[in-house]
Amino acid sequence: MTKFEINGKPVEVAVDPATPILWVVREQLGLNGTKFGCGIAQCGACTVHLEGKPIRSCSTPVSQAEGKSVSTIDGLKGEDGKLHRVQQAWIEAQVPQCGYCQSGQIMSAVALLEKNPNPSDEQINAAMAGNVCRCGMYGRIRKAIKMAAGIETSEHEAVEA
Amino acid sequence: MGKWTRRAFIGAGVVAGGALVVGVAIRTGKPDDRIRSIVAGGDGENLINSFVKVDKDNIVTAVVPHAEMGQGVHSTLAQMLADEMDADWEKVRVVEAPAEGHYASKEIGREFMAPDLKVPEILEPTVDGAFLSLIGSMFGTITGGSFSVRGTGQRGMRTAGAAAKEMLVAAAAEKWGVPAGEITAENSMLAHAGSGKSGSFGEFAELATEQDLPVRPKLKKLEDFKLMGKPVPRTDIPGKVDGTAVFGIDAKVPDQTLTYAAVKAPPVVGAKITGMDATAAKAMPGVQQILNMEDFVAVVADGYWQAQQALNTIKIDYSKTESDALDQEGIFKRYAAALDEAGSDGGDEETSAGDVKEGYAGAAKKLTAEYKAPFLAHATMEPQNCTAWVHDGQCDIWQGSQVPTKVRKFAAELLDIPVEKVNFQNTYLGGGFGRRSETDAVEMAVRISKATGNPVKLIWSREEDTQHDWYRPSSTSRFEAGLDENGRLVSWNNVHTHLFDPPEAAQVPYYAIPNHLIRKVDVPMHLRFGPWRSVDHSHNSWFIESFLDEVALEAGKDPLEQRRELLKDQPRFLAVLDKVAEMSNWKGERPEGTGLGIAIAPSFGSIVAQVAEVEIASGTPKVTKVWCCADIGYAMNPDSAAAQMESAIIYGLTAVLYGEISVRNGAVEQSNFHDYQMLRINESPEIEVAFINGDSEGLGGAGEPGLPPLAPAVTNAIFAASGKRVRELPLSKHSFG
Repeated sequence: MTKFEINGKPVEVAVDPATPILWVVREQLGLNGTKFGCGIAQCGACTVHLEGKPIRSCSTPVSQAEGKSVSTIDGLKGEDGKLHRVQQAWIEAQVPQCGYCQSGQIMSAVALLEKNPNPSDEQINAAMAGNVCRCGMYGRIRKAIKMAAGIETSEHEAVEA
Repeated sequence: MGKWTRRAFIGAGVVAGGALVVGVAIRTGKPDDRIRSIVAGGDGENLINSFVKVDKDNIVTAVVPHAEMGQGVHSTLAQMLADEMDADWEKVRVVEAPAEGHYASKEIGREFMAPDLKVPEILEPTVDGAFLSLIGSMFGTITGGSFSVRGTGQRGMRTAGAAAKEMLVAAAAEKWGVPAGEITAENSMLAHAGSGKSGSFGEFAELATEQDLPVRPKLKKLEDFKLMGKPVPRTDIPGKVDGTAVFGIDAKVPDQTLTYAAVKAPPVVGAKITGMDATAAKAMPGVQQILNMEDFVAVVADGYWQAQQALNTIKIDYSKTESDALDQEGIFKRYAAALDEAGSDGGDEETSAGDVKEGYAGAAKKLTAEYKAPFLAHATMEPQNCTAWVHDGQCDIWQGSQVPTKVRKFAAELLDIPVEKVNFQNTYLGGGFGRRSETDAVEMAVRISKATGNPVKLIWSREEDTQHDWYRPSSTSRFEAGLDENGRLVSWNNVHTHLFDPPEAAQVPYYAIPNHLIRKVDVPMHLRFGPWRSVDHSHNSWFIESFLDEVALEAGKDPLEQRRELLKDQPRFLAVLDKVAEMSNWKGERPEGTGLGIAIAPSFGSIVAQVAEVEIASGTPKVTKVWCCADIGYAMNPDSAAAQMESAIIYGLTAVLYGEISVRNGAVEQSNFHDYQMLRINESPEIEVAFINGDSEGLGGAGEPGLPPLAPAVTNAIFAASGKRVRELPLSKHSFG
C-alpha cells in the first residue's frame, strides 16, 4: 500500500511501488487530466506537483509520493469551482489548440508563478522549456503567464490588414 | 461534447421533443429515403446533411461533421451557422456529428467543386482534385485538407443556418398572420414590428418543421456578418484548461473494467514475427495475455505501464525483408539514380508551358541546384491509441480520429460484420496533422479485443509512435533555370522524386515564367507514407522558394523584387507580398550577422507569405521573428485563424531545425523526443500575423497554408545573414561557423 494525498484528499493504492505516478493517477484514481506523452520526461505532458514542485509523473515512481501531496490539473480549480488565475489567463489568451499538452503546461506555469510572481522572459523560458507544445502555442503561453502575473493585459487579436 | 449514437441521432428526427432539425438541400439526385423522409420530404430535394437543431428551450445546437484537433473547427463552424441564423451565441451548443455517411465530406466537396459555384482561380485542380479523390476513397467524413471552414462551413453550415432561420420566420408568419418579409430575427428571437409580436426560436421550432425546406436559402452579405469575422472565443478551450476534455486515451467503456495493451510491431515494415521468448513477461505482475499476432506482439495487462514493462522484456524474432540492408544514404542514392535516368526531359510530366529546352539553350545565364528533404514524423502529442470492444456480434470503438466513417467501415470489414454493428465514438484529438487519418491503431485494438473478448485500451509508446508513422516522404529535387540577358527568368525545369500519391505542389503556374517543365520520378520505398501538415507543399515550397532566391541572386535582384516581377499579374499574391514586406520593414537595415528571408506559397486555396529574421551567433542560427501575411479569402474567426498560422510556423520551424527521420538497416532510427526533437518555448520566435480579407465567397484553408513558406523564409534568411545556401534539411546537419 502506498499512501499519499491527491489534490488534498488522502488515498491508498495497492500497486507495484515502481509504477509511475502518471499511471496511478490515471488508471487507479481515474483522474484523466494528466497526460502521457513520451514516458521519458522529455515532453512535460505529464507534469504534476509533488509537494508543490513540478515533476514529470511518467518517470517518477509512486513510492516517491509516499506520505506526500500530489496535485494534478483536476484539482486546480478552487473549492468553489472558480478557475485558477492561470487557467483564466489561458482562456483569455486562447492558448490551447489540441489541448493535450496543456495540463502539463498549466501545472508548470502555476509552479513558476508560485515561486516567482513576476517572471522575466528568461525565467519563463527556463521554467517552461520542459513542456513541449506540438501545436506551437508558445507565444500565447508566454502571454498568458504574463497575464496571470498581472504583467500584461488581454489583447490577442490578429492585425487586420 | 455531446454523444450521438446512430439510433439516437435518427430517432431524434425532426420533431422529437419539438425540435427542429435542418439539413442542407442543395442538390438533386440520389435521395436517401430514410433521411429525406425525416427531414426533407419534397420531390427533387436531397438532404445531404443535418447540421442544426433548435430545441423548445431555445437552444440552437450546431452538429459539426468534423473532428476537433485544435484547429477550432467546432467553434468556427458553429459560429458560421449561428450568424446565418441570427442566433444568440450564448445559447448555441456544439456536438460533433455521428460517424454516418450522411455527413460525408465528399458530397460537400463535390458541391464545393461544382462548376456553377465560384471557386477561386488559385485553386489548382491537382490540389483540390486530389483531395476530393482522397475523401471519395475514404467513405465519408474526413477532417483534413484545410477544408472544414472553406468547404463544410461555407457550403454547409451557413446554408443550414440560413435555411433554419427562413423556416422559423415562415412559422412565425403563419402563426401571426403577417408577411414573412416583415419578420426580423435577432439573438434567437423573432419579432414583427408592425404588430409588436415577438417570440423565441424555441417557441417556433415545432411549427417550423412543417414549413418547406428552402432549396437555396439566402446567405448574408459581408456587411451583415455579426459573428463571422469576429474573434469569438473557442468553445473547446474551457475543457482544455481544467483537464476535463476527453481525448482518445481517456476513453472509458461504460460498466466495464478495461484491460490495457502495449504493442510492438517489427522495426522493418513488412517483416513478420517468427518467434518470441516471453518467459519473463509471463511472470510479471498484472500481465493477462501475451499475443503473437504475426505482424505485431501485444501484451494485455491490468494497466498500461505493466503491459509496456512486460513487453520490453520479450525477445522477438523477425523475418528477413529485402529492405533490411537499406540505410538513408542508400535511399538518397536510389533517388539520385532515378533522377539521373530522368535527366533534363525524362520522368513523368506534371505540367509544362512553352519550350524549356529552347528557353534554356538560349539563356544568357544558367544555374542548377539540387535540394534534399528528409522523412518526417507527425509526432502528435497524444501517442496513437484506440479503445475497442468486440462483443456479441458488434464492435464498439473509441478514438480521436480524422476519419470516423472510415474507421467504422474498416472495422466492419476486418470483423466481417455489417457496418451498422460498429459503433464509433470520436473524441478530441491530441494533435492530428494528418496522422489520425490512418486506421492502424484501430486494427490492432480490434484484433486484440477479438482475441481476448475483453474491452481493451491500446496505447502506443512514444517509441512505437515515432517508428511506425505514416511519414512525410523524403525527397530530392533538381532544378535548371535560365535567365535572359536582362536577368529575366525564362526557363524553369524541375524534376523531383515522388513517393506518395497524388503528386502536387511542385507546379508554379502563378509565376510568369514563359517556359517551365515540372516532372516527377517514382521511387519505390518500403516505408508507409501519409499526409503530413500541408503534404507535398511542405517540401516542394522549400525547393521552389529556395531556388528562386538563387535565381534572384544570379539575376542581381532583391528577393522581394524578383517575386514581385514574376507575380506582376497576380494581384492577390502581390498584396500579400507587399504587406509582409511592410510588416517586416524588408528594406530596412539589419545588424551584421542578421538576415531576412522571404517566401510565398499558395496552398489549399490560400496564399501565405512570410519573412523570417535569423541571427547567427557563434555558428548557430536563431530565428528571432517571423512575419506572416495570409490571404485565406476571409478569416471567419481571425484569432483562431491567426493561431493556425502561429501553429504552422512553429510546426514548420521544428522541421527546419531538427526534423529528420532516417533509416538504418531498414528501420527508423529515431525513437522519442530526445532524438526527434521538438521546438521549445526558449527557441520560439516572436510571430506577427496579418490577414488580407480577399474574397469572402471563395475561402481558402487555414490549418496548413501557414507552413509551406516557413522553411524557405528561414533558409533564405540564413543565406542573407551568412552567405551559406542550405540545400539539405534539417539545419542540425550543418554548421554555420
